[in-house]
Amino acid sequence: MGKCGAKVKFNSSLSLTTFRQIRSTIQYHFPQAQSSKAMADKHTDNDTKELQPLLVFGPPLLFPNFEAQNLHNYHFLKAFSSKLPLHQFLAKHNVEPSSIQAILCNPFQKVSAEVIRLLPSLSIIVTTSAGTDHIDLAECSHRGIQVVSAAVDHAEDVADMTVGLLIDIMWKISAADRFVRKWGHSMPLNLSFGSKLEGKRVGIVGLGKIGGEVAKRLEVFGCTIMYNSRNQKPFVSYPFYSNVVELAANSDIFVVSCSLNEKTRHIVNREVMLALGKDGIIVNIGRGALIDEKELVRCLMEGEIGGAGLDVFENEPNVPKELLQLDNVVLSPHAASMTSNALDIMRERVSECLEAFFSSKLVRTPVLDD
Amino acid sequence: MGSIGVLLVGRVFPYLEQELDKRYKLFRLWDYPQKAQLLSQHAASIRAVVGHAGAGADADLIDELPKLEIVSSFSVGVDMIDLEKCKAKGIRVTNTPDVLTDEVADLAIGLTLALLRRICECDRYVRSGKWKKGDYKLTTKFSGKTVGIVGLGRIGQAIAKRAEGFNCSICYYSRTEKRDSNYKYYPSVVELASNCDILVVACPLTEETHHIINREVINALGPKGFLINIGRGKHVDEAELVSALQEGRLGGAGLDVFEDEPAVPEELFGLENVVLLPHVGSATLETRTDMADLVLGNLEAHFLGKPLLTPLV
Repeated sequence: MGKCGAKVKFNSSLSLTTFRQIRSTIQYHFPQAQSSKAMADKHTDNDTKELQPLLVFGPPLLFPNFEAQNLHNYHFLKAFSSKLPLHQFLAKHNVEPSSIQAILCNPFQKVSAEVIRLLPSLSIIVTTSAGTDHIDLAECSHRGIQVVSAAVDHAEDVADMTVGLLIDIMWKISAADRFVRKWGHSMPLNLSFGSKLEGKRVGIVGLGKIGGEVAKRLEVFGCTIMYNSRNQKPFVSYPFYSNVVELAANSDIFVVSCSLNEKTRHIVNREVMLALGKDGIIVNIGRGALIDEKELVRCLMEGEIGGAGLDVFENEPNVPKELLQLDNVVLSPHAASMTSNALDIMRERVSECLEAFFSSKLVRTPVLDD
Repeated sequence: MGSIGVLLVGRVFPYLEQELDKRYKLFRLWDYPQKAQLLSQHAASIRAVVGHAGAGADADLIDELPKLEIVSSFSVGVDMIDLEKCKAKGIRVTNTPDVLTDEVADLAIGLTLALLRRICECDRYVRSGKWKKGDYKLTTKFSGKTVGIVGLGRIGQAIAKRAEGFNCSICYYSRTEKRDSNYKYYPSVVELASNCDILVVACPLTEETHHIINREVINALGPKGFLINIGRGKHVDEAELVSALQEGRLGGAGLDVFEDEPAVPEELFGLENVVLLPHVGSATLETRTDMADLVLGNLEAHFLGKPLLTPLV
C-alpha cells in the first residue's frame, strides 16, 4: 500500500492489491445514489456529484483544515460532535450505515467492534496517530478492514524541543524573558545565568529515533553522549550503561526519551535522581509516567537535582502546582511534536490515502464465502 | 604593583573587581560624582583603564589620562574604546575573545529554538493554567531551516556548526567572502535576508555595521522570517524592528541585546513572537571567570613587560 505514502499499520489478510485480484471473482456493485437523498440536503449548492461520506471520530487536530480543504470532496459525518450512539447519529443525518466505507480518527474516540459491525461497507480506517489502541484490530482483521496510520515521523521536532528545553534550563531563558517583561527599564545588568553545553555529559534513556536525533544534535555542542536502552545497539559508538542509576551517576544531563511500558514505568525514580545529583538536569519528552512525578517534585523542591525541562506529565493537563513556582523548571504542554510542518505533512498523507482508496473505486459487498 | 593606578569605568563581575582591588590601586569611576574631581586628584597615577561592553575609553578620557598605557576590556566587543586614538598614542588595548564563543553560540541556538517553538510562551501557557482548557497552538519547525549569519567570525562559525547539527543550510554575509568556507555567500545583508528563514547577527559593532539590520533588511526577512541578535543592540534599528513586529512584517525576534540597555522597548512586552533576554550572552560563571582572568592576565603581562595575552592594539 505504498500508494498513499502512509504506513499501513496493520495489514489484514486482504490488501488493496488483493482486492483488485479478487474483484473479478466477486460480484460488485457500485453504490447507487442510496445516500443521495440524505446527501442532497448536505450538498454544496453548485455541486451535482455525490459527495463520498467520511465518518470522522476524534477529531484529529488536522481536521478543521482538512475539512476546509475538502468540502467539495467528502460529506463529513462528524461523529465526534454528537453524544448519540452511532446508529442514531447516522439516522439523524439520514445516512445509511452501509454507505460508510471510511473512517478518519485519532485516539480521542474509540473505533470499537460495535462501531465496525454497524458499518458493513467499512473498508478503511485512517488514524492520525502512530498507536492503534483505540481501534479494535481483531474485528478489523475479521472483516478485512485496512487500518492505516498517517502519523508523521516527528523525531526531529521532538529532538529540537529537547535541545530547546535543555538550553532554556541551562540559560534560564524562560525565567529571564519573564524577568525582562516584568522589570523592563529597571532591569539590573550583570546577572549570572547560564552554563555552556561543551563538555557536559549527557545520559539518554532510550536511544530510539528520537534519542538518536537528540544525541546527534548535542554532540555538535561538544557534549559527551552515553545511553541506556533495552539492549545495547550494535552500530552505536556511545558508551552503553545497562544500569540506569549508573548512567545517572555519570551524567550532568539526563534525557528521558524511551517508550512507556510496564518495564519503564517510573524508570526515573528517587535513586536515579539522587545519583544525577544537585547540579543535574532532567529533560523528559517521553511520557509523564517514565518519571516518578511526586519524587521529582520533592527532589526539585529540596535541591537534590538542579533543574528540569518537562513536556509530559503523569496526569496531563494537570501539572503539580509546586512546579509552577520554580524558576529552575521549564514546562511545556506536550507540544514537542506539534509543529505546523508536521501537521501539514499529516494532512497531505490523509488526503492522499483517502484519494487513493476512493479512486480505486473498490466497493465491497460482504465477501461470499463459498 | 599595589601603587599602579587602575581606573574601573563600569561595574563588572565581583571577582574581577576584588582582584583588581587586591593587586592595584583601584579607582571606581562611579565613586566620584564629578569625573573632574577624579581626574584632578588621580589622573597622574592612572596607568590602566578596565572597561566592559557598555563602557570603555573614548577620546576625551584618553586625553584626560596622560599616563594611560593600557585599556583592558572585560568584553569581546570594543566599540566603546577609541581604537584609533589608542593606536596613535601607543596605548595597548586588550579584549576577551574566544572564552565566550561557545556560550554565545549555544545561546544563539537556544534563543532560536525558544522563539520558533515558543518555549517561553509554552511555559507561560502551562503556568497560567490555560493548558487545562486546550492544547497550545502549533509552532514552527527549526530543523532543516536556512540560517543566514551576518559575520562569519569565531562566533558566526560556531553558530553555523551547531545549526548544521539540525540539518540547517547555512548562508552568510561578511565584508569579504571567505574563500575556505563551504557556506553560501551573499554580497549584501538584504540579499542574505531574502534567502534565509532565520537571520543571526554575529558581527562586531563598527561604524559600518551600525543599524546594519534596517527596515529594508527586516522587510526582506519578512513575515515568515526570524531575527536573532546576540551582537550589539545598535546593530539593529530598534524602532524599525518594533514597528515591523507590531505590524506583522517580521515573523519574530530573539534579542539578547538592545540599543539602550537596560531599556527594553515596552511595546515588545506583550508580543508572543519575541524572546527578550537581559544581555546574558557571556553570563555564565565559567565564562565570566575566564574573561576576568584574561583581563588580569593582560594587565599583569603588560606591567611585567611580557607579551600581552589577547592584544587588539
